[in-house]
Formats: sequence, structure tokens, C-alpha cells
Amino acid sequence: MKTPGTTAGAYAARLRMLLILAIAIAGGVPALAQATGNQSDIAAGKYLAAAGDCAACHTAPGGAPFAGGVVINTPFGKLLGSNITPDQATGIGNWSDDQFVAAVKYGVGHHGARLYPGMPYIYFNKVPAADLIKIHIYLESLPPVSNRIVSNQLPFPYNIRLLMRGWNLLFFPNGGDYQPDPSQSAMWNRGAYLVQGLGHCAACHTSKNFLGGDHTGQEFQGAVIDNANAPALVNEPNNGLGIWSVDDVAAYLKTGHNRYAGAAGPMADVITYSTSQLTLADDTAIATYLKSLPASGNPAPTPIAANDPAMLDGGHIYADECAACHNNAGTGEALLFPALKGSAVVQAADPVTMLNLILHGGQDVGTQSAAAAAMPAFGAELNNQQIADVATYIRNSWGNAGSAIPDDITR
Amino acid sequence: MAQKLPHKDVVIIGLGWTGSIMAYELTGAGLDVVAIERGAWRDTATDFPPATSPDELRYQIRLDLFQRTAQSTVTMRNNASQTALPVRQWGSFIPGNGVGGAGVHWNGMTFRFLESDYQLRTHLTQRYGKHAIPDNMTIQDYPVTYTELEPYFDKFEKLLGICGTAGNLNGVIQPGGNPFEGPRRSEYPNPPDRQPLGSTMFAKAATEIGYHSFPMPSANMSRSYTNTLGVTLGQCSFCGFCERFGCGNYAKSSPQTCVLPALMPRKNFEARTLCNVTRINLDSTGKKATGVTYVDEHMVEYEQTADLVLVCSFSFNAVHMLLISGIGTPYDPVSGTGVVGRNYAYQTDSGVTVKLPNVLLNPFISGGAVGMAVDDFNGDNFDHGGLGFFGGSVMQATQTGGRPITQIASFKDDPKWGSGWKRAMRENYQTVYSLGAQGSVFSYKDAYLDLDPTYKDPYGSPLLRMTFDWHDNELKMSAYITEKLAGIATAMGGTKIEQLPRLAPYTVVPYQSTHNTGGAVMGDDPSTSVVNKYLQSWDVPNVFVFGAAVFPQNAGYNPTGTVGALTYFAADAIKNQYLKNPGPLVAI
Repeated sequence: MKTPGTTAGAYAARLRMLLILAIAIAGGVPALAQATGNQSDIAAGKYLAAAGDCAACHTAPGGAPFAGGVVINTPFGKLLGSNITPDQATGIGNWSDDQFVAAVKYGVGHHGARLYPGMPYIYFNKVPAADLIKIHIYLESLPPVSNRIVSNQLPFPYNIRLLMRGWNLLFFPNGGDYQPDPSQSAMWNRGAYLVQGLGHCAACHTSKNFLGGDHTGQEFQGAVIDNANAPALVNEPNNGLGIWSVDDVAAYLKTGHNRYAGAAGPMADVITYSTSQLTLADDTAIATYLKSLPASGNPAPTPIAANDPAMLDGGHIYADECAACHNNAGTGEALLFPALKGSAVVQAADPVTMLNLILHGGQDVGTQSAAAAAMPAFGAELNNQQIADVATYIRNSWGNAGSAIPDDITR
Repeated sequence: MAQKLPHKDVVIIGLGWTGSIMAYELTGAGLDVVAIERGAWRDTATDFPPATSPDELRYQIRLDLFQRTAQSTVTMRNNASQTALPVRQWGSFIPGNGVGGAGVHWNGMTFRFLESDYQLRTHLTQRYGKHAIPDNMTIQDYPVTYTELEPYFDKFEKLLGICGTAGNLNGVIQPGGNPFEGPRRSEYPNPPDRQPLGSTMFAKAATEIGYHSFPMPSANMSRSYTNTLGVTLGQCSFCGFCERFGCGNYAKSSPQTCVLPALMPRKNFEARTLCNVTRINLDSTGKKATGVTYVDEHMVEYEQTADLVLVCSFSFNAVHMLLISGIGTPYDPVSGTGVVGRNYAYQTDSGVTVKLPNVLLNPFISGGAVGMAVDDFNGDNFDHGGLGFFGGSVMQATQTGGRPITQIASFKDDPKWGSGWKRAMRENYQTVYSLGAQGSVFSYKDAYLDLDPTYKDPYGSPLLRMTFDWHDNELKMSAYITEKLAGIATAMGGTKIEQLPRLAPYTVVPYQSTHNTGGAVMGDDPSTSVVNKYLQSWDVPNVFVFGAAVFPQNAGYNPTGTVGALTYFAADAIKNQYLKNPGPLVAI
């Protein structure tokens, strides 16, 4: 480990140096010798790294922190999260602050090569350089881990990094630091900054066009990513955060649970590595901003009639297999069994997460303040018709509404 | 040659209730803890989800969650003149296995013993005279009082979320609770379970006679409950599959639903499953344990060194571990000297079968500990003068389920096969109720555990040998209690009543109770106890023994409440005294 602790002056000097270098962002500016950060910068950087959920892509399950190797499945192929420990040969040990900022904020890699937007620089672009440097200082304070990662596992032609220059022209607004909205509260602005910037929530919760760019006009309206629903974060009765209050959203982010739901799947990792590590004030700020997002305006579906044959059959299966935990009213049990009534996951247009949970089960996230429960797998017990019927029933009971599920379920 | 593993602060043998609680407490104190469990890892959603857990054939009959006799068993004889034979198929008792231990498949009845139960010899001597206790009866006082244990009962009940009605709050008798219980500092953390028809009729009849009925203290959640470790349990759905089954919907207190979700994320805890500890190792002085040797599922042998060894396995497995490891002097029934294996005791189960006219009992609506109880004839709550016995039973109406293979009550003269049997079963299912009584078993010079001279386990160690038979005291008690129970059955309006008192000789079939106690009993005197009041071995002070093996004799209740309170009591002593100054916590 490097020796921590110099002075605030050293940090100021780094910042001055960066301002000079930021002008030459695309150029081959030589790497500078690194100063080491003081403890408060390291702590601040650690917090910002948590807010940015760097671990999600850069810490492999069971692997050393930030040593890379996480598989990121994209519609274009596979990327691997890189090693961002300060190892000289395989990590970012010889990166300068400006190179770090160039990569994280502008998508420009170590030797000028363009990063893929699997690295969410299009969102991190809104983060001030000063904050990114603190993250760099924190990463530099970690033990270097030798772990050579070839991030680019994409097939031809996507493996040509030069293509990203064109992509950036189309989909990377490069608007720079987040600009507060003076008409909104400080808390709202803090939340907006975290959501739009470091939190990079849109990476999953905004659907992507055929080239992987954000669908404009559909921000936070939900998406299917890597065979899971990233539910909408907009606010309308049958979709998105809907019935959740600001406190519900904040509790979910802080503990992985609230009175309606428990986090599983990719969001469980986000909560473990990121939002549970944030202060409740920051999680509340995020919630405040999200709860201000307008409804999508899409028309709500009409529920399927209760006497539909699929609904009748599904109701019997529900009583046998589901009601013991989720109960007859579909309200579940706070902090333990998610409510199905009013659930965005249940009512998603393409409910892949719900079907996967029925087929394969799921493990709730456990946090220090709330322990985990789990959903058993029913794939061996129920056939496709039964799963389709019970899913249709759940999607159209207790005020829920969603299309009927066909029985061609992918196992 | 055993492969040596990196040193740990603490090694725990067995990851059930006591093992998981101690692991939580000691990892919380900053120690590096490994638990070594003979059976498999188990969790709710994977191993006993609601869709598959109510499988009577798999769990009740084929005993899927239990210790296999091929892993280890005991040999059994009634007295020293007989040759003990191995129990090859479980009957009278069924030890648990796997993570969670018996805490996975218990019913959930969570009593505190009576105040006098913890001072038994002193109490009986004071009330009935110093010659009242027969010579061969080796009952003794616990080295702790109820008052000392009370805060730890409270802690255990709040961990589990026990449902019930207090009968004695800080010395003030409460309506609806058990008036005989010792003072409790607080009400149960959850209200009592709602009662089905059978137990409602029992309570009404008992009250009419003048007895004091109260809801069974139950680990079947009457409502959703977040416990003291931040773990949430769900509400019991009254499915009737508790005993011998895992609970699919997180509604029965177990290590899985109460402790493990908070314990497992801790980086200073590790659980090794399918690993069988074969002995506790001692240094050359024989006064200090250096750790344990264990064998994994591939029969590869490991040595795990540790500063502290906690024996948290089932009662007779704990006694076996001490005997094969040479910790403490084995009990010799001839000379009456030695302590390990001494004072083995059990539970005296009695019953009454009653046919009730014009009822639909709907026995499938039930939970393992859902029911009503009467304590008027338990412990020394009634005058034993002239009765010719001591002790008593909790009398209870707990219909733990309406499972089709094993839970249709029948009378001895019901047809045993064919259409007559079918007719009787159809009729009995809704109308015949079984009342039960769990009675005390006192300890005796000739009821003990030792190592079998003939039979060995798969690891080459002698099996544990059980020498046990019923004594007149327990048989008389059972007959007396059964009569009282039949009185309640009559008051319930029973049209046919069959009494089922316990009869000698003791046999390992059929099932009676898995409340095997003693063999490593606690006490103030090393010549009559294996562990001191803090459950610490007198002989090897860095070994502690948990569970019902430490009971000097058994009371007329389920043991788990006392097991939990003793565990927390010892945990406090280990954290606050032993760790600061490792060594004997009680001077000899």
C-alpha cells in the first residue's frame, strides 16, 4: 500500500495541474508522477466510488476489490470490467489524474483509444473533475492487484474502438458538469446529480436504441437489460415507482427492502455496493428526485377479466403455491415477502424478471440493516402453461393490469 | 496425517441453535470463528420451500432432515445386565442433522422451566424432608437460579419472537397466562397464536374444572416479526407441517429464520458443512484443548486449531465427543464416581385419546406449537405428599397437524386393516383428538451414557451406549397425570376416552420424544458435574458444552427455552470474563 497522507496543498496542486491539462484532453499528454492523497480525500473518494457503484463492474464475485473481470453482457457482445487497482502493469497505477478524468468523464482511454459506453462516461460526464480525482486518490490507496484484463471481448465489427468516435457524436452530449436547477430544492438537485451523474441510473433504467444509445424521450421509463427488468423509475399508478413514497424509495436504496419489495438480481448488487453505503440523506435525495419524475403518459393496460380461463386456473395455482407467503391479497409481508399488488416488476410490459423468479427463484439482498429472504424456484414443479396462467393471474389481480403471458416461456 | 489448517480463535462443533447463537455472539466480540457441521448446508427457499416441504413421506417417514444412523447412532439397553444393541432405525428419538440442527424441524414449543425446577433437590428436601428423595435418585440443583437466567430467557424469546401470554409479569399474576411460571420482565414479544377448535375445547374444559389454561409459548409466528438481530419472520399459515419439517414461509423460528441471515455476512465467520468432528485434541497436559480433528465428506482428515472449543452438537453427541476425546472422568455406575455420561434423562410422554361428538376438528389447520396447556400438575405445582412420586407434566392440547399417514388418531380397538380401518380413519379424522402430557424424568444412578465395548462408528470410535429404563417414580407420575388428563377429556364431552400412560420397559420404538438430556451436567461440584455454571468444562477450561446435555435432570417441559437461556448466560460470561482472562471461571 502507498503511504497515505500529505497535505491539502498537494491536493490543490493536483487540481491546478488538472485544470491545465483538461484543455489538452485528447492529446498525448505524458503521465505525471502521482502524489498520494490524504485520508479525508481517500474517504471522500471511497464514498464517491460507492455512489458511482464502480465495484459493480470492476470487482468480480469473489475477486479482489476493483481488480476487474466482471462480465458485462451487452447486445453487441461481451465486455469485461477492467482492473482499476493501482497495479502498474495491469491496473491504472501509471495513470495521471487527467488521464483518469479523461477516461471516466470523456470516455478517452489511456492511450487515446475510445472507451465503450459500457463504461458509463456519458453519465459520469456530469461529475465535476474534482470529485473524480478523489475517486482516483481512493483507488490509488488500494493494494495493487496484478490481474490482466482484456476488456474488449466484442465481435467484429464492434471490436473496432474507432467506431466509438462516431457513436459519441450521436449519443454523447458531453454537456459537462451537472448544472443545478435553481427552481428546485438543494435536496432535489443533490438527488438529480447523483441519479444523472455518478449513479448512472439511466444506464439500466432507460431503454436503448439499436446502437445502444439512450432512447431520447424515454428517460427512466424502464428497460430490459441482460434478461432482467430494470423497472421504470417514473411515477404512475401501474408503472414505475408508482405507489412508493419518497421514504419507501430511500429505505429500498438504503436497506434493500421496504414495505413493498426486496431487491434481487442486478439491483441487489447496486444496493450492496452502492446505495446501502450512502448516507440516508443522499438516498433520500435520490428518492426525492426520482419521485419528481413525470409519468410516461403511456396508457395503462386494461386488466384481464377475472373469469378468463387463464385467470381461473392461475388463481388456483396461486392459492396452492404462492399465497402462503405473498398472501391472498397479494400484499406480501413487509421486509420479507414482496407485494405483488402494485408491483412494477409484475406489471412490466415484458415481465422477464417475474418469469425468471418463478422459474429459478431469487435471493433477496441482505444488508446490515435488513436480512435477506429468498424466493424458491418453481421451474421443476410447474409446467409452462401453469407458469403462464399464474403469471397472468398475478398481473391482473388486486388492481394490477398487464398483458396475458403466453406459454412459450424460455427456460 | 491430518492436514493442518490456519488457526482460528474459536471452533464450534455443530451449527444449530446454540452453535449459531454462539457464533453470532463471538463474531460480534471480534473473534474469528469457524463452525464445523456434520450435515449439509440448508436454507429455506432451496431446501424446504412451501411447494415441497409439506411432504410427509419424505420428511416424516423417511426422515430426510435427520441424522442418518450410518453417520452415527447409539446402542441401547435397559440395564447393565443386558448387551446393548445399535439403534439402526430411529424410533423413540430422532437427532437432527445439518445446518440449523433440530431447530429446523422442531415444533417450536418454547417454555421456561419452573423456578423450583432449577433448585430441585433443595426444593424437594425443604418441602418433603431430607429422606423424601430415594437413594438411587441423583437429582441435583442447577448451579444457576431462574432469577439469574431470566434476562437470558428474555433475550432468547426476543430472538425467536415467541408468541404467548405472560402469566407472571414482575411478580404480578396475569390473566390468561400460566400463573405458575416465574416472574418475567416483559410480555412475550408476540401475542399468542389463534386457537383451533380442539385446543379451545380443551382450555374451556380445563377452566371449568378449575385448572389454569394458557396458550402454549410458540415459535410459530402469530404475526410478522422483526427480531433483535434485524431478521424478519413471516406469519404462520397454519399448514400443519412443523415437526420433522422445515418451515417454507419463514414463520417458524429457526437458526435459518432468526440468526444465520445476520451471521453469514460476517467476514469473521465461516461454516464448514459435511464435516464431521472426530475428536477434540488436547495438549500434553490434558488440561487444554488445542482444537479439533475432523473428516470431510471425502474422508480427508483435517486439524483445526483454536483457542476455544464449543461443543454445540445434540445432547448425546456432545457426551460422545467428550468421552472419545478424554475430557472429564467417565461415569462409573458401580462406584458412583466419575461424571461424563452421568444423569442421562429423558421425557415421560403420556396421552389420552378422546372421541368428541358433533365436531369438525379440521386438524389440518394447525401449527407445531399452536395449542393450549395446563400446568397445574407440573413440577411441584401440586402437593406430592403421599403420592409416591415427584415431578409432573405439562398437559397440552396441541394438534400439530392433520397429516394423512401418521396423524389420524385411533383407538386400540379400531380395526387395523380393510374397510373397517378405512371407515374408522374417515370418522376419526374429524372427531378424535389426542391430548398429551410431557413429563419430567429424574436422574438415577443406573441411567447413564458410556462408550459401547463392541460397536464403532464409521470413524473408528466406539458408539455411545445408552443404559436407561423407566423408574417407578416416572411411571407413577405418568399414571397420575394420565388420569388427570382423562378428567379434562371427560369435561370436553368425550364419548370414548382411552388412557395411554407410559409403561415399562423403555423401548427405542415407537417415537416418544427427542428431549434426551444429561450426560454432561452442570453443577457447582466437579465430583457431580462435567461443566460449571458457565457451561465450562471443569477439566479443560477452554472447552464449553451447550445444549440439554448439561441438564442435571429433565423437567416436564420442552427443553429449548432453557437451552437458549443457558447459552446466552454462558455467552455473556465468555465475552465479559473468559476472554479477558482465559482460565477457569469458577474456582474449585
